[in-house]
Amino acid sequence: MTPDMIDDIGPRNGATSLIRSPDTGRGISPPLNQATAAREIEQPPVPKLLIKNLCFHYGRHMALKSVNMTIHDRRVTAIIGASGCGKSTLLRTMNRIYELYPDQRAEGEILMDGRNILEPSVNLSHLRSRIGMVFQRPTPFPMSIYDNIAFGIQLYRRVPKAELDILVEAALTKAALWTEVKDKLRVVGSGLSGGQQQRLCIARTIALNPDVLLLDEPASALDPVSTEKIEQLIDELRADYTIIIVTHNLQQAARVSDFTALMHLGELVEFGETQTIFTRPTDRRTEDYVTGKYG
Amino acid sequence: MGITRYRWRRILNGFFLSTSVIATLLGLAVLFSILTTVLTHGIPALTPDLFTKMTPPPGNSGGLLNAIVGSLIITGIGIAVGAPIGVLAGTFLAEFGRGKWLTDATRFISDVLLSAPSILIGLFVFTVAVKPVQHFSAWAGALTLAIIAIPVILRTTDDMLRLVPNDLREAGAALGAPQWKIVVKISYRSVRAGIVTGILLALARISGETAPLLFTALNNQFWSSNVNAPMANLPVVIFQFAMSPYDDWQRLAWAGALLTTAAILGLSVLARILLFSPKERPQ
Repeated sequence: MTPDMIDDIGPRNGATSLIRSPDTGRGISPPLNQATAAREIEQPPVPKLLIKNLCFHYGRHMALKSVNMTIHDRRVTAIIGASGCGKSTLLRTMNRIYELYPDQRAEGEILMDGRNILEPSVNLSHLRSRIGMVFQRPTPFPMSIYDNIAFGIQLYRRVPKAELDILVEAALTKAALWTEVKDKLRVVGSGLSGGQQQRLCIARTIALNPDVLLLDEPASALDPVSTEKIEQLIDELRADYTIIIVTHNLQQAARVSDFTALMHLGELVEFGETQTIFTRPTDRRTEDYVTGKYG
Repeated sequence: MGITRYRWRRILNGFFLSTSVIATLLGLAVLFSILTTVLTHGIPALTPDLFTKMTPPPGNSGGLLNAIVGSLIITGIGIAVGAPIGVLAGTFLAEFGRGKWLTDATRFISDVLLSAPSILIGLFVFTVAVKPVQHFSAWAGALTLAIIAIPVILRTTDDMLRLVPNDLREAGAALGAPQWKIVVKISYRSVRAGIVTGILLALARISGETAPLLFTALNNQFWSSNVNAPMANLPVVIFQFAMSPYDDWQRLAWAGALLTTAAILGLSVLARILLFSPKERPQ
């Protein structure tokens, strides 16, 4: 018997597990598990969003100038840059939230799984259920914690109460908020602390089970402890979601992201693996920014 | 010298402080004397008959039952017509019509209407709803009150909805919610108390209107629940009875004034309580 075979039957075969404790099973198989884990990490990133020649206009002002960028699936991409450089604008084109304002428009392409999401024919509700967004200021809706989560779910389908309970609990658990709020689900969301409110907003977004999470400076209105919790959460969510985070905080970008994009005056200056951007940037402006010479 | 300038400032400060205090006291004194007059004349006239008997001919005993019920019917219809129109129009201005010329035009016209003398609105309804049918009616009275209530409700709804932070609407849209759902489930909920307050204030405003009802609902000495006919109502009864030379009519006028004042005071207090309960206030 080879270790693989034991591992193969171990977890699934009830009879075996009665005889052998699971620990023994694990004792035999570590080399294999490590190998699998390593293979998962080494897996090359798959593109999720392809941004091509993206330009953005606020009325006559051009806020994005022909941005080209690839967002990788199940990786954290940070967008950094000085105020007014267009980083939030870039994020706001990805779920087309800018369309709430008639004088804003985008040109170019953002391909998600091969389809240009900027096309007018795209169903916006469907798009926004796949690309969720969390804002800088926590925005709990004026309703109970439970209803804050249920609101989004019920936009898309009718769910029996029992199933809704399960979905709400799952979302809150995933956002690391369940243990703190499970006894006050009927209390209004605005009664929570700022950090809890922000995790509630994250829970509300992931309750729709999106592919992509857009985080627009999610921790900049929070204290250091709450910020750390949000960063931990991002770290846990990276396995299941493609995350794009706009941040003012360079250390935060370095801590949480796999890829980093530096924006300057509406242009994408440099994009690459976070480690490279922070240690061996190719563009002079990136070097100046990450070393604190401006910004 | 520094000292003299400092003294001069203190003198100026004392002057402005004392004149504003005097002005406030004057205003309060007027209000207080109105209230005490209404109370001293009205309380003795409060009898059970008020609520059980019709308005009498001069020299007979009677009450205000037909006028009270008439007022309730007319203002009830008025607010039932005016509130939905005002709330929906205010919603259009704040939620749907941003940046459109129609929005600014509507807001301006509504503000003009808000300060228009109510007698003009009475005359207008007289021309369109009384003269063509050749008789006064409760309908016409209610229509007048609705027209007076609309700009009040529209303005408060508009102002309240504009207090809703835009982040909240964006958050709703970011979940893929359609705009009507964002308005109903998020914006309305955030400022529910404020909108209800606007309706209550409009109700308080129209329940004391007299001039426009003179042209429209007129009066009726008898019991009538026919909205197609003239109907008794407190403001017009007060107007008519107070101007009369008969003591018993004047007493009834005071009682009616007290009832109206109490109702308006009650509505205003309720509105304040709703608006300033901390839980419901928009951030």
